[in-house]
Amino acid sequence: MSENMIEINDLNKWYDDFHVLKDINLSVRKGEKIVVCGPSGSGKSTMIRCINRLEEFQKGSLHVEGIPLNSDLKNIEQIRKEVGMVFQHFNLFPHLSIIDNLILAPMRVRKMPKKDATDMAMQYLEMVKIADQAHKFPGQLSGGQKQRVAIARSLCMKPKILLFDEPTSALDPEMVKEVLEVMVDLAKEGITMICVTHEMGFAREVADRVIFMDAGQILEENTPHEFFDNPQNERTKEFLSQIIN
Amino acid sequence: MTELISKKPFFERFAIWLKKNLFNTPTNSVISIFLLAFIWKGIEGLFTWIFIKGVWSGGASVCREAGGFCFPFLFEKTRFIIFGFYPDGQLWRPTCAMLILIGTLFYSKEPNRWNKKLAYLWSISTFFIFWLMGGGLGLTEVTNDKWGGLPLTLLLATIGIVCSYPLGIVLALMRRSKLKVLKSISVVYIEIIRGVPLISVLFMSSVMFPLFLPEGVNFDKLLRAQIAIILFVSAYMAEVIRGGLSSIPKGQYEAAHTLGLSYFDTMRSIIIPQAIRIVIPPTVNTAIGMFKDTSLVLIIALFDLLNTTKTSLRDPEWLGFSLEAYVFVGLIYFVFCFSMSKYSQRLEREFGMKER
Ligand SMILES: Nc1ncnc2c1ncn2[C@@H]1O[C@H](COP(=O)(O)OP(=O)(O)OP(=O)(O)O)[C@@H](O)[C@H]1O
Ligand SMILES: [Mg+2]
Repeated sequence: MSENMIEINDLNKWYDDFHVLKDINLSVRKGEKIVVCGPSGSGKSTMIRCINRLEEFQKGSLHVEGIPLNSDLKNIEQIRKEVGMVFQHFNLFPHLSIIDNLILAPMRVRKMPKKDATDMAMQYLEMVKIADQAHKFPGQLSGGQKQRVAIARSLCMKPKILLFDEPTSALDPEMVKEVLEVMVDLAKEGITMICVTHEMGFAREVADRVIFMDAGQILEENTPHEFFDNPQNERTKEFLSQIIN
Repeated sequence: MTELISKKPFFERFAIWLKKNLFNTPTNSVISIFLLAFIWKGIEGLFTWIFIKGVWSGGASVCREAGGFCFPFLFEKTRFIIFGFYPDGQLWRPTCAMLILIGTLFYSKEPNRWNKKLAYLWSISTFFIFWLMGGGLGLTEVTNDKWGGLPLTLLLATIGIVCSYPLGIVLALMRRSKLKVLKSISVVYIEIIRGVPLISVLFMSSVMFPLFLPEGVNFDKLLRAQIAIILFVSAYMAEVIRGGLSSIPKGQYEAAHTLGLSYFDTMRSIIIPQAIRIVIPPTVNTAIGMFKDTSLVLIIALFDLLNTTKTSLRDPEWLGFSLEAYVFVGLIYFVFCFSMSKYSQRLEREFGMKER
């Protein structure tokens, strides 16, 4: 149990009467890469947002590194530091330069001195191949560049788990590749990743497991190879045939 | 195309501009001619009043006879209008205080200077301003019932704006708080303050408030007026800032949350800086409004710029030159308000260029 990074048991969530997540069970090992897919509205975002407490749930349990995620603020705070997230719409801070976007949290939360934070931030910008843009503002970058900055910003907090919520679906097609390349590099580093995406090439290359969700339930869970070439569930087959066309 | 035009001589360019913007259709030409004639009439009247019929020397009777702008009146009264009852031999003091204030404001206008050093500079400036105005430490004491005119107006307005702003931010955050108590306090405060005119707040601070104080406790009148202004304006600032806060997308809070930032850091470094940039125009609007509203302190017998002007009109020797006096103070008010307006436009442009 303790070697599992994330442990979700019988998780249920409602929005008023609407049952969004139904009996979700999922364990994620350290360093595992998981791709989540499923039709729109199936609850993918809601599920991964529960992991860093952007959403609350009403029933079941969720442990991150053995720490239970409940209303205990101490636990929430600790988990927030360990779990990074990359959003569909980047959510960079538009009034701060790229470098300031990156060093803010390390300085405030990890109490890093400015110089160390800057050095580290430059390394991550180097890694996402965008170090030359450090002093620009988010508004001056392309979508693909923004998303790479957002990834670097998450990494600056040295999270053990990184969540991605459709990181490439707001991008023009020609920028998708540059972001996926960075994510592939990242996957090789051994960080635990959960990624909501419909990029099947990426899933095949990187994922240890692919999870299919529909109507708030996990319907199928398999290795990418099995998942794509030999889907079991009818809904999965239907879904896969749709996204291929 | 634009390059071609810009190479031509000025008059030719002007003619092209006229033709394009004022005389492009027959109807527009007619409207333009009427408006230009109208504007010309106004300018001509003003010009005649000030420069042709205007009187530069002599007494009140010369002025009355000529019927033009009476400069001798201004020469005679400017000292009182600007400085009020401040003692005669000491006028260099409010002058220096004003220069320090304006200089510090001027220095503060570059966003890249908004750091800790600026806060120190302001504390030093504030100290010198109050020392010069009030005396002590080697200067003759001048009690603040003698302060008046422009320095008083500038002090009331600057301190009013500078203090009501953070208070407004706090009130706005409280109003958006999930804690019912904080929220209710803020709502009640803002609604009550916005529901009454500034005059009545000033009046209460000056007339009613002392009634509640124990016998013998004396609370400075100027300070009371200043506090009344701050409390009043902060309610308006709060609503302006709240507008900015609610226009920040949810994603910004979520990003801050996932980076582990605390509520305080999120607000201080992410939400508030963006919110106040968005509401620069209404903020400056409120500031300009309050700058002019400081003139209401005349009802509690403080001699701000407008009150010194009114008082100067009561001199029996110089009765009947109110137009001159009001044009004069009007210009002073205009210079300050217009600078604020220009400054806000510049800030907006500057932030807009980099950050959007
Ligand atoms: N704040 C909310 N209040 C009520 N219902 C919500 C709320 N947020 C999401 N939902 C609903 O919950 C369901 C799951 O939403 P979720 O965003 O998790 O879907 P998703 O699988 O990520 O879809 P997409 O692929 O479109 O992003 C949807 O039906 C949505 O309408
Ligand atoms: Mg989603």
